Amino acid sequence: MARVEYDDVWKRFPGSDRVAVHALTLDVADGELLVLLGPSGCGKTTALRMLAGLEHPDGGDIRIDGRSVLRLEPKDRDVALVFQSYALYPHLSVRNNIGYPLRVRGLTLAQQAERIGRAAALLRIEHLLARRPGQLSGGEQQRVALARAIVREPRVFCMDEPLSNLDAKLRTHTRTELKALQKDLGTTTIFVTHDQAEAMTLADRIAVLDQGRLQQLGTPDDVYRHPANLFVAQFIGSPPMNILAAHRHDGELVVEEAWRIPAPAVRDHHGGTALTVGLRPEAITIEQDGGGPGEVLVSEPLGSEVIVNVKVGSALVKVRTAPDVRPGPGTRVRLAAQPGEVRLFDPSSGTALD
Amino acid sequence: MDRVAALAVAVVGVPLLLVGYIVASEWLLGRLPLRRRAGVRPWVWIGPAITFVVVYLIYPSLATIWLSLFDARSERFVGLANYEQIVQLSDVHIAIRNNVLWVVFFSGIVLAFGLVFAILADRVRYEGLAKSLIFLPMAISFTAASVIWKFVFDYQPAEVTQTGLLNAILTGLTPIDPQAWLISPPWNNLALIAVGVWVWTGFAMVIISAALKGIPVELLEAARVDGARELTVFRRILLPLLGPTIAVVGTTLVIFALKSFDIVYVMTSGNYETEVIANLMYEQLFSVRHNGRASSIAVVLLLAIVPVLIINLRRFRFQEAVR
Repeated sequence: MARVEYDDVWKRFPGSDRVAVHALTLDVADGELLVLLGPSGCGKTTALRMLAGLEHPDGGDIRIDGRSVLRLEPKDRDVALVFQSYALYPHLSVRNNIGYPLRVRGLTLAQQAERIGRAAALLRIEHLLARRPGQLSGGEQQRVALARAIVREPRVFCMDEPLSNLDAKLRTHTRTELKALQKDLGTTTIFVTHDQAEAMTLADRIAVLDQGRLQQLGTPDDVYRHPANLFVAQFIGSPPMNILAAHRHDGELVVEEAWRIPAPAVRDHHGGTALTVGLRPEAITIEQDGGGPGEVLVSEPLGSEVIVNVKVGSALVKVRTAPDVRPGPGTRVRLAAQPGEVRLFDPSSGTALD
Repeated sequence: MDRVAALAVAVVGVPLLLVGYIVASEWLLGRLPLRRRAGVRPWVWIGPAITFVVVYLIYPSLATIWLSLFDARSERFVGLANYEQIVQLSDVHIAIRNNVLWVVFFSGIVLAFGLVFAILADRVRYEGLAKSLIFLPMAISFTAASVIWKFVFDYQPAEVTQTGLLNAILTGLTPIDPQAWLISPPWNNLALIAVGVWVWTGFAMVIISAALKGIPVELLEAARVDGARELTVFRRILLPLLGPTIAVVGTTLVIFALKSFDIVYVMTSGNYETEVIANLMYEQLFSVRHNGRASSIAVVLLLAIVPVLIINLRRFRFQEAVR
């Protein structure tokens, strides 16, 4: 049983006006994998380190299972941390690296050997136990770091971008393994990353952060289809959501002064008729009929799909189409938007209006 | 006026000589075929330096070994008789005992203090200031340090006002009588060693501090999160990773302990059983005027240092190779 709660946590770095973490409030359910997602400098690593006890919040509380951990030393919080650089002890063998947390807790040699064996088997590194970290590849080092975290059977796993140092192919492969492993062990996990694809594939829920503030907390589906603001809309998804200026006119939305789409029902806002519209590339369809508001700039075939870049007014719209739809440059096209997928945002604040 | 002239000649003449040498050697090199030039040039450039080393270091060393086989005036060949003699002199026994004290206590304490200070300084905001203060004694010569501490250790009979700082504090704050720090064997050796420690701790601290900063912070954080107490982190993570540096600093200190001379010479002249080997050698040469014995002591000292030097060099080269 390990729920984690951040309650109005603040952190300001000394000697700087910048607020690293701003009133962060979120909760992680027992056994859940929560991803802290955001660009560099958004405070996600700081938030993670505060949970592990390596940084102290300037305000607020952090609780595990309802009990505050702020007064506890890192070693007493029963939290395991996997570093981006793995932080393996170079002078110890892999076996001793994995066994180190057990040794400092005074487990008997037999108990240590048993747990080390189990962790090594789980991560398939039994053949590496006698080597030193310096003799391992990046992927192998990363597994050793994971084994060292698992072997303690902690209440919470904290992972600070553990896959960032792996090459792309290994990263996607390890991602899948990691998700299966976490489900297997059932330990509450907080995972920090700046890679939105990683977040989408791994998370039970995603917490999107920007400049120390929580932008949105929700399942990958929520965050993808109903982003809470422009930042989240543009951060998640590849290619990113198309953001276009529009104004309301006669029950329709006129996008970039050129393209008319039916206006979804939305509550009144004080901005008047001007709006910002968000449309995902797969929510737009192309109708090539020799006329229309859009002019194709270039089509990018990706094998399983095509990304067509269409100029609408002064904006560039990316559209995802089937592999056989490949209009040439200069073709005039008409675009249609799927009705349920039109997102509306306030032009000044960027918050979603639906 | 003569001296001014001589000074002028030296200040102007020496650079001129060097420049002239370089110009001449480059001209000579120009006359060699291109292929040979790259091979010959290094030797030409380090020629002067090698000459100095041979004349002032290698030749005297060989000459000393040679002289150690002769008698007091270097006239009659006596073989190993000098060595036999010095082995039996009680002075030599005391000197060797003292050198052992120096090696053990000087090296050990400097290393320990250097390590502790390096680690502590790393954790405070005023690190720069603290390290500068501790390193400051390295800036003064051993002779100057010895003179300073001679005054600190000064002893006056109990009824008279104490002029030595230590005794003044002792008698002022406690009922204990003033101590003759430099006079009562064998603890007077420790007093002398203390002076050496005071001067050299900065050296050990600075080098260990640099190595300490090369250890990634994340290793220590990982250890703390894994559950280790500070002392465990120190023993099992910091010390092993600092091992190579400690070895290099340690062997340098041992070499120094074996060679120590200035402190003993200035503070006690080797009296009160504080003799060390270097002092003995000096004494035999300049007071007793026995060339043979002095040379043999020098050779013994050289032989004692060589193994330590080899370890030091190999450790250093290993570290360079690792980098």
